[in-house]
Amino acid sequence: MSEGHSTYTPKTGIGRWFDARLPLPRLVYDSFIAYPVPRNLNYAWTFGGILSIMLVAQILTGIVLAMHYSDTTGLAFDSVEKIMRDVNNGWLLRYLHSNGASFFFIAVYVHIFRGLYYGSYKAPRELLWILGCIIYLLMMATGFMGYVLPWGQMSFWGATVITGFFTAIPLVGDWIQQLLLGGFAVDNPTLNRFFALHYLLPFMIAGVVVLHVWALHVTGQNNPTGIDVKSKTDTVAFTPYATIKDALGMVVFLLVFAYFVFYLPNYLGHPDNYTVANPLKTPAHIVPEWYFLPFYAILRAITFNIGPINSKLGGVLAMFGAIAMLFLVPWLDTSKVRSAVYRPWYKLFFWLFLADAVFLGWLGSRPAEGSYVLMAQLATLFYFAFFLIAMPVLGLIETPRRLPNSITEAVLEKNKGSGSGHPAGATAAPETKG
Amino acid sequence: MSATDDTHDPNRRDFLYIATGMAGVVGAAAVAWPFIDQMRPDASTLALSSVEVDVASLTPGSSLIVKWRGKPVVVRNRTPEEIKSGEDVKLDDLKDPIARNANLPADAPATDANRTTPGKEAWMVMVQVCTHLGCIPLGQEGEFGGWFCPCHGSQYDTAGRIRKGPAPENMAVPVFSFISDTKIRIG
Repeated sequence: MSEGHSTYTPKTGIGRWFDARLPLPRLVYDSFIAYPVPRNLNYAWTFGGILSIMLVAQILTGIVLAMHYSDTTGLAFDSVEKIMRDVNNGWLLRYLHSNGASFFFIAVYVHIFRGLYYGSYKAPRELLWILGCIIYLLMMATGFMGYVLPWGQMSFWGATVITGFFTAIPLVGDWIQQLLLGGFAVDNPTLNRFFALHYLLPFMIAGVVVLHVWALHVTGQNNPTGIDVKSKTDTVAFTPYATIKDALGMVVFLLVFAYFVFYLPNYLGHPDNYTVANPLKTPAHIVPEWYFLPFYAILRAITFNIGPINSKLGGVLAMFGAIAMLFLVPWLDTSKVRSAVYRPWYKLFFWLFLADAVFLGWLGSRPAEGSYVLMAQLATLFYFAFFLIAMPVLGLIETPRRLPNSITEAVLEKNKGSGSGHPAGATAAPETKG
Repeated sequence: MSATDDTHDPNRRDFLYIATGMAGVVGAAAVAWPFIDQMRPDASTLALSSVEVDVASLTPGSSLIVKWRGKPVVVRNRTPEEIKSGEDVKLDDLKDPIARNANLPADAPATDANRTTPGKEAWMVMVQVCTHLGCIPLGQEGEFGGWFCPCHGSQYDTAGRIRKGPAPENMAVPVFSFISDTKIRIG
């Protein structure tokens, strides 16, 4: 995969025998040892590796949790409590799994915003980007169904609200909802199938991850300058350079993860989910898991009919449309320059968009009443304006800054610019005072 | 067979290709259908389609909730004020002007009487599920004194008609009948 020719030479007789029959060590060597990566990758690029270990961690903890879990409405909630109290180290495995889902999403959001900032979706990486969007969709489906399994109040009502989206579809909506639920309301058949699918989807994610990494190794990595690799001096070998940098990124990320698992295990959850599901009583405020909140805010922002589309269908369309925008990004952005570093206006809009997404997330956690509704409507408007207006128009009217001739030049220029006076922080402080 | 045969008019071989292809498509659909069909509500779920409720204890202003098809159905003996407030509403003020009463034709207007059953206008029997995204609204709350959905803020009046908020339809009135003065069969 590395530029069409392999430099792998097996050192032992067994190695040569194996290589002639199944060149798996060669694939690993070419992909993770000799593979050339741009020399200027920053820590934002470590999140791909972090996501891989989070996927593996979720699958491992998930498989052992499944050994103790009962997917029946009468037993599900109690079996989760049994995991927490009776199963040896069950509390740890469950907290790793439930917080692992949150940290998986934290990592994926950093990864996605990294791509948006540095233009990693632009030619020739469109398919790489779209495969990533598919992984994100599968993650959302997996996360949603996993949240239903403990069979608490938020599990039940979250499932009711989200499967309720499908009733907004004209004519066949109710039929589709019954097909998903296996009944007229969320009940035992729903729990059974969600458990089966929650077990299946991570392996589908793993499959798409293989395609994602394959596509990455065909096009090569983007980098903070956004310009293509032109010569051998622009790259370094994956091992040890990227391996060590990724490892440090993972260690720091896992430290924060461990802090949540051991000290704030329920901070990202909702207390109502420690109440067993009750089909006859809705909690005062239904909120989804935090990672869905921006989309939830968009769903609720549409409180008015738009022509023949009623408010309910409009909300569902806006919510799915918000996700669909990501798929269209490679063709919405008209700029030839990839990295926001050289695009002053896009950079501004990128940060506004990030703030808007966080703001929408906060609004999603608030009740849908009073001024929150208007704020959510304005934030939703900006969300779509970023993709549908800012992205295409900025590419046409913006004057980008001068691009360096090569990655090497950019790196050397940067080092010259900051001088030899490391650490930079120490010299910068007096300047800002003066 | 010579190569020129392939470029000629449709022949027996083309027919065989198409027939084989069609048989393959039909076969694939026949195999796929059980996999889709098994997802639909099963016989035991469908069997729970009717319940009987004793409403003798309901004085005006009180209600009870029974579970029917996994969903709560409210039976409410409305107060005279609630009935009057429901009757005073003009049809033009309604967001959804259709009665949504399974006992009436599909296009019946959503008058207060059409939301109940003849001779028993005090009694509301209704699937207490918000038509927005399926939450359970709270009874006797909200601006219209009917039902208020805490999830996304939909407000219903005393006849369970949507008046404000994101829900598109009035709450559904299921098939029901009074089998005696104090007994209702739902479904």
